[in-house]
Amino acid sequence: MNIFGHAISLPQLYGQLLIGLINGSFYALLSLGLAVIFGMLTIVNFAHGAFYMMGAFAAYFLLKLVGLDYWWALILSPLVVGAIGAVVEILFLKRLAGFDPLYSLLLTLGIALIIQGLFQNYFGSSGEPYAIPKQLGGAYNLGFMFLPVYRGWVIVASAVVCFGTWLVIEKTKLGAYLRAATENPTMVRAFGINVPRMITLTYGFGVALAALAGVLAAPITQVRPGMGADIIAVVFAVVVIGGMGSILGSIVTGFVLGVIEGLTKVFYPEASNTVVFVIMAIVLLVRPAGLFGRAA
Amino acid sequence: MTATLKVPAASAVFAARNRRANQIALAVLVALVAVAPFVAYSFFVMNALCFALFACAFNLLIGYVNLLSLGHAMFLGLASYVGAHAAKVWGLEPVSAILVGVAVSTALGFVTGALAIRSSGIYFAMITVAFSQMVFFFCLEAPFTHGEDGIQAVPQGRALGLIPLSNPWVLYVFVAGIFLFGFLAIQRIVNSPFGEILKAIRENEPRVVSLGYRALRYKLAAFVLSAAITGLAGATKAIVAQNASLTDVSLSTSVEVVLMTLVGGMGTFYGPVIGAIVVVSMQNYLAQFGEWVTVIQGVVFVACVMAFRRGIVGELAARAKISL
Repeated sequence: MNIFGHAISLPQLYGQLLIGLINGSFYALLSLGLAVIFGMLTIVNFAHGAFYMMGAFAAYFLLKLVGLDYWWALILSPLVVGAIGAVVEILFLKRLAGFDPLYSLLLTLGIALIIQGLFQNYFGSSGEPYAIPKQLGGAYNLGFMFLPVYRGWVIVASAVVCFGTWLVIEKTKLGAYLRAATENPTMVRAFGINVPRMITLTYGFGVALAALAGVLAAPITQVRPGMGADIIAVVFAVVVIGGMGSILGSIVTGFVLGVIEGLTKVFYPEASNTVVFVIMAIVLLVRPAGLFGRAA
Repeated sequence: MTATLKVPAASAVFAARNRRANQIALAVLVALVAVAPFVAYSFFVMNALCFALFACAFNLLIGYVNLLSLGHAMFLGLASYVGAHAAKVWGLEPVSAILVGVAVSTALGFVTGALAIRSSGIYFAMITVAFSQMVFFFCLEAPFTHGEDGIQAVPQGRALGLIPLSNPWVLYVFVAGIFLFGFLAIQRIVNSPFGEILKAIRENEPRVVSLGYRALRYKLAAFVLSAAITGLAGATKAIVAQNASLTDVSLSTSVEVVLMTLVGGMGTFYGPVIGAIVVVSMQNYLAQFGEWVTVIQGVVFVACVMAFRRGIVGELAARAKISL
């Protein structure tokens, strides 16, 4: 095949599609976390990238210092980082509840700087390798291509977590409380539900999703202090494209944009870094509230 | 109605006091700019002046229209690249080179502003982050910016073909003049009828719309003006530093200008100037501590947001019951 002057081979196409799906998994997990937090707290968590990076580092520390492997990290790292998120919410964000949401954004921006600066201090800008767990080594032969098992696992795991989160929020009683508290917190409190605690837990959960994405990414991208800052702008664009406050929208948009980015790498590599932003500009022109968003 | 009838007398006193305070503040600022190169390294001061103008332009949006742009480095950085390119490759004299930089950042401001302005609040902030990242990648990959190397050895030349800017003293007067011009232009904009409408939009946008104003156009105009003045700061910076690099277009620069404005005081004329001096000095004197500078900036951010929302100048003005 020859498109835009680039010779395209099928293995290359499948390879980039796979990378696109992997990146899409991270975009989906991260933008889902942002959407969950936004839905409940109506703030944008600028520290999301930093928490994603912390998730990867938590996995690295668990292995290096405690000797707990990937599978432990998969559970413990989101718990630990999520707990840190909850503390941040209690100590800082709660006190800004009555102010312009821009202050909360600026606060999370400051927290992102602190976290990132600390990690850069101790680890520089270079990455630390994190080995693929041995149970997930090797590759499947799909006939038309080889699929490394770990990459397949990342896609499946993040799709399951995303879908599970969507189910909990849309189909369970807990989710109903959450949605109700988003609409009218005072009324929900009147029914005897501890809304402030629910807000703390929601923030912690959104942060935990970012940390989980970090653990999943660790064996693929290496563990680097800058990994969060690199991805956050794209995730913001994904959220704008999908529309704020839509859980399903953020998941679908994340996966789809990852794939589009991967395809762009094949057909027009010069634009692969900017294609998401170009799509965002077009969406803003056509549907300012985002593809899945309701008009403000 | 009776209440509003009584106000003019009180407000006239307040306005007179305010005018005097602002005259004094302006005189102090001009004196400081005049004295600064004798007490500090003049290139450091010129760099600080460029960032101060940048912060003032940013403050025009956050302070008077309540629009938080988290991508303002795209205007600074792109104008810096274009100014440097115009001076070095096209061989333009510095004033024309700077004007070309301003023209490009103004155009970028119009395009991104037209797309972003329909949203507000955190949405607007996220969109500006995304656009600035797009400009960052453009600058990383476009041939004329020389990627990671940036544009080096930009000639300072002769302003208008006459005034030699390679002389540091002449250069200082040139940069100080540009800074004061931009600073006064922003004051003029904010105090004009146009500025009053901007402030009205900040306070109550639906009401302004119901009075028949096209609020979006006013917001877009403010955004474009802010982009243009930021471009002025960026292109001037390229002539001063004789280079243009990726740092100026990066997200961290966008974050720094927020910090400058927050520390100095959002919605005050003099706050961004003070904030810029504080942040630039911090970078300069704490440079030996490496990444701790980032940590300290983060701590200052958190401290300002939690306990010191008015900033230095805002706090002083509130105590003295004036607006600076």
